Amino acid sequence: MGTTASQLSKESLSEYQELTFLTKQEILLAHKRFTELLEKHEKEQIDARVPIGRIITLPELKSNPFKERICQVFSTSEQKDGSLTFEDFLDLLSAFSDSATLEIKSHYAFRIFDFDDDGTLDCADLEKLVNCLTGETNDAKLSSTEMKQLISNILEESDIDKDGTVNLSEFQHVISRSPDFVSSFKIVL
Amino acid sequence: NRRAKAQRKTKQVSDDEDDEEDEDEAPRKRGRRKRTKPQDSDQDDEEDKRRVRQKGAKAPRRKAANEERDEESEEDQGKRKKGGRAPSKQEKEDQNKERKGNVKGKDETNKGSEKDKKKKNGKQTSSSEDESEDESDEESMSEGEIAALKEQVEEKKKLIATLRNKPWRMKRRLVLLKEAQEFVEKFEGALGKGRGKKLYAFKVMMTKKLIKFNRDFENFKTACIPWERKIKEVESHFGSSVASYFIFLRWMYGLNLILFGFMFGLVVLPEVLMGLPYGSIPRKTVPRSEQDTAMDFSVLFDFGGYCKYSILFYGYYNNERNIGVLKFRLPLSYLLTGVGIFGYSLMVVIRTMARNANEGGDGGDEGEFTFSWKMFTSWDYLIGNPETADNKYASITTSFKESIVDEKENQKDENIHLQRFLRILANIMILCCLGGSGYLIYFVVKRSQDFAKMDPASLTWFQKNEVEFVMSLLGLVCPPLFETIAELEDYHPRIALKWQLGRIFALFLGNLYTFLFALFDEVNDKLETEQELKNATEWAIHEYNANYSSYYNTMDVPPLVVNPADAVRGPCWETAVGIEFVKLIVSDMQVTFLTILIGDFARAIIVRFLNYCWCWDLEAGFPSYAEFDISGNVLGLIFNQGMIWMGAFYAPGLVGLNVLRLLTSMYFQCWAVMACNVPHERVFKASRSNNFYMGLLLLVLFLSLLPVVYTIMTLPPSFDCGPFSGQDRMYDVVMETITQDLPAFIGTIFTYATNPGLIMPAVLLMVLAIYYLNTVSKGYQQANLDLKKKMKMARDEEKNRRNNKDSTNQVMKDLEDLLPNKSLIPPPTEEEPPHGKSTKMKPGSAGKGVNLQKEVSLAATNPRGPVAHPPRARGGPPGHLRGPLPGPGRGRGRGAPPRT
Repeated sequence: MGTTASQLSKESLSEYQELTFLTKQEILLAHKRFTELLEKHEKEQIDARVPIGRIITLPELKSNPFKERICQVFSTSEQKDGSLTFEDFLDLLSAFSDSATLEIKSHYAFRIFDFDDDGTLDCADLEKLVNCLTGETNDAKLSSTEMKQLISNILEESDIDKDGTVNLSEFQHVISRSPDFVSSFKIVL
Repeated sequence: NRRAKAQRKTKQVSDDEDDEEDEDEAPRKRGRRKRTKPQDSDQDDEEDKRRVRQKGAKAPRRKAANEERDEESEEDQGKRKKGGRAPSKQEKEDQNKERKGNVKGKDETNKGSEKDKKKKNGKQTSSSEDESEDESDEESMSEGEIAALKEQVEEKKKLIATLRNKPWRMKRRLVLLKEAQEFVEKFEGALGKGRGKKLYAFKVMMTKKLIKFNRDFENFKTACIPWERKIKEVESHFGSSVASYFIFLRWMYGLNLILFGFMFGLVVLPEVLMGLPYGSIPRKTVPRSEQDTAMDFSVLFDFGGYCKYSILFYGYYNNERNIGVLKFRLPLSYLLTGVGIFGYSLMVVIRTMARNANEGGDGGDEGEFTFSWKMFTSWDYLIGNPETADNKYASITTSFKESIVDEKENQKDENIHLQRFLRILANIMILCCLGGSGYLIYFVVKRSQDFAKMDPASLTWFQKNEVEFVMSLLGLVCPPLFETIAELEDYHPRIALKWQLGRIFALFLGNLYTFLFALFDEVNDKLETEQELKNATEWAIHEYNANYSSYYNTMDVPPLVVNPADAVRGPCWETAVGIEFVKLIVSDMQVTFLTILIGDFARAIIVRFLNYCWCWDLEAGFPSYAEFDISGNVLGLIFNQGMIWMGAFYAPGLVGLNVLRLLTSMYFQCWAVMACNVPHERVFKASRSNNFYMGLLLLVLFLSLLPVVYTIMTLPPSFDCGPFSGQDRMYDVVMETITQDLPAFIGTIFTYATNPGLIMPAVLLMVLAIYYLNTVSKGYQQANLDLKKKMKMARDEEKNRRNNKDSTNQVMKDLEDLLPNKSLIPPPTEEEPPHGKSTKMKPGSAGKGVNLQKEVSLAATNPRGPVAHPPRARGGPPGHLRGPLPGPGRGRGRGAPPRT
């Protein structure tokens, strides 16, 4: 613990507190967990990246169907490989923290569900989303007619401008009414 | 300007996913770009400033623009980063330059300050808010400038405070934060010069300290919350619903800790420290007949013997008005604490409920988004256990399929008569169960009173603890029975859960109240015997006095000296009630723990190890592992708390006992749930049932308040034990204090206040207030509904205008057809941008004009219009007619609205 504390300077710690929804303890814990993921020689580097393969072994993310997407969304990597720096990692935890606002949460949820990164949830995105939610096994999958029905129902409900896709503001509109989105869109280390 | 162009290009290409705010800025962006970029040279800077000053009229706007300029550029960088189109090196350079430029500009200004002043003389209007400029003429800042600067500093501070709410990259926020902090630092220094500098500096310092302190305090608070990791572990295995039980348990623990603090600090501790010691008076001494067995374990375990005559129970407390050097009024404190506990609990519960309700938002439109919610919010991100995740997948799949089927055939035609019959049958059976359990308890309590009159030595353990045993057994057997009966009803699982909860609640409540009524019978018996005893004692003392005076022939009779252990004493019904409650709690605790040990742990062990040599798969088949019964556990906790509230007045030690119980419960149940339970097959989320539980708690609190208040107000306290002995009613202690210890006028006020003539109007007033508030809230609800309707209408209009030239906009088309002079309307395909922008009514299309105006004004009420196009389209038409619109291109005016 002593070593991790010394690695995070006091200023950056207070800055991180200012910029995220995390408390000091949570940031320190996050730092500890993050350095555990790093390889030995990387520990000295300040902006070392942890590849996606190691990030998703975290028990908190391991069984999440969106784990790859989450990494992709929060990654600042230029190769789009989903690797995370410590700051990205903090961003992630902050968005998923208890005290993050609905706005932040819904923003990131939208980004996560937007599989092809085109700024809207179209039919393909929704289909992928359903498949993520129903699991990988074949018997659990919905049949194509069911899928069609489901997606048309969803578009019926939330696609306000009827352009066949759900955009961010429509998404936020839907989400903001949901009673339990904020309580379930959480990841705690 | 090459770079600026490039940036614009990337912006156009990149996805338009940020809100309208940046679109707002876009028209002004080009000019700003120019400003942010060069700044390296002095000359540029000066030019810049001059330009700004010329635009003095536009100052407020520009100020906002300046404010957001940094954000803007950052945003663009963020976008480029995301798109991976622009090399990051350039971007970093850009950032560095910008910062350098800022700093440099500030340095530069010292040189150029004289020049500036000259200019200033001509134009002392403080119209511009350019940073470097303000810096430059610190000495000659006018009041207005200072005010403006202050405002700017405030804005920066606000930016710092709200930065975390922006969904940007950390790097970008970091840079922004540093800039803002630097700015604030610099200009706070600048503001410090001149008048009121010390005060200002002090204020700034204090706010800084306060912020730091607040943050530290926040950190400290979170560090103080116990069991965070434990609960998190459970949460990741079982989802948030099981965790909600433990969070509730923790909340309950906190509440009890505070109640314990009250009870211990205000009642128990003073009596221990300042009251008479054990053995000094009869009520604090074990009677001689019981002394032989007073230390036996079996007696102590039943809370007899030394336990009965200890500070745990009501009877031990003395009725002396003041005790100790502090003149502590113990009886008064006892009463007020007893009532205060209720008051405090009530307050806390209601406050928590209100907070939960606020968080929950309006649940008015459930059912509007069933599918979308299932889709977007059904995953519980806290799940970290593969098994739970599998269950969750399965449950989500089923819920999808279910809702599809529901949607397809909304009405299943089943045999509705059979179903009705079955439901009625089930309810009758459950009512029978409830009645039976109530009667059983009444019977047992009655019988226990008979037993109590017999010699305790001849009774078996079972006979002594029959009441508690039967009550616990009923609590154990009935809920599963109800569940089995509920199978008949074939309700939807969620409705079934509600019914189940309601029935268990009724069972517990019925049992508790039957128990109470039986107890009241007992109390009345005791009161009678006490009265007899009191009369007999008084008679004996009278006799003694008469005999003594006649024997010694003196009126000066010395008081009768009796060893406290030998004194005649009444049954002290308060202590008896207290003991009943404590026994109930203890047996409840035992049953809970035993159920966990046998029902969960033993079952898990058997299933686990017998599985090696059994005919079928035990783990997957019949017995399987137990699931964690959330509703049952929560209800148990709530009723336990109800008993604490009821019993705390008669047994001050009960609260302490409960704190211990909750503590062990926390660890034990955490262990049990992790060790031997499996996640629910239907993992459902905690959602808002939290407030449902709180509502139950409130109800229980109210119901437990009733008997206590009833006893305080109507039953006479025992004459020889407890803090109120010798008084007619318990509340007399308050009266006594008012009349004797407080100034006379307060007594008078109190008399007036308790006058029915005053109370009735007060009650009336309260009723009126409630009625009024109710009406107001209804009005708000109506307004809410109207606004929602308006929003929906606005959206409809909007999408019609945007998407459909003339196909889908059916209403408009119909209207159009109705118009007599169709020829005056421009053909639908032709679009005149200026017309499209104008909100004013056009001559010639009066009917339409009205409609259009409504459209626009409605649309303007909706700040979050869906944005479907990249902002590029906005640049197209000449914008000179945009004036009347509230904000140019608020995300909707870009493509000219079709005039169909």
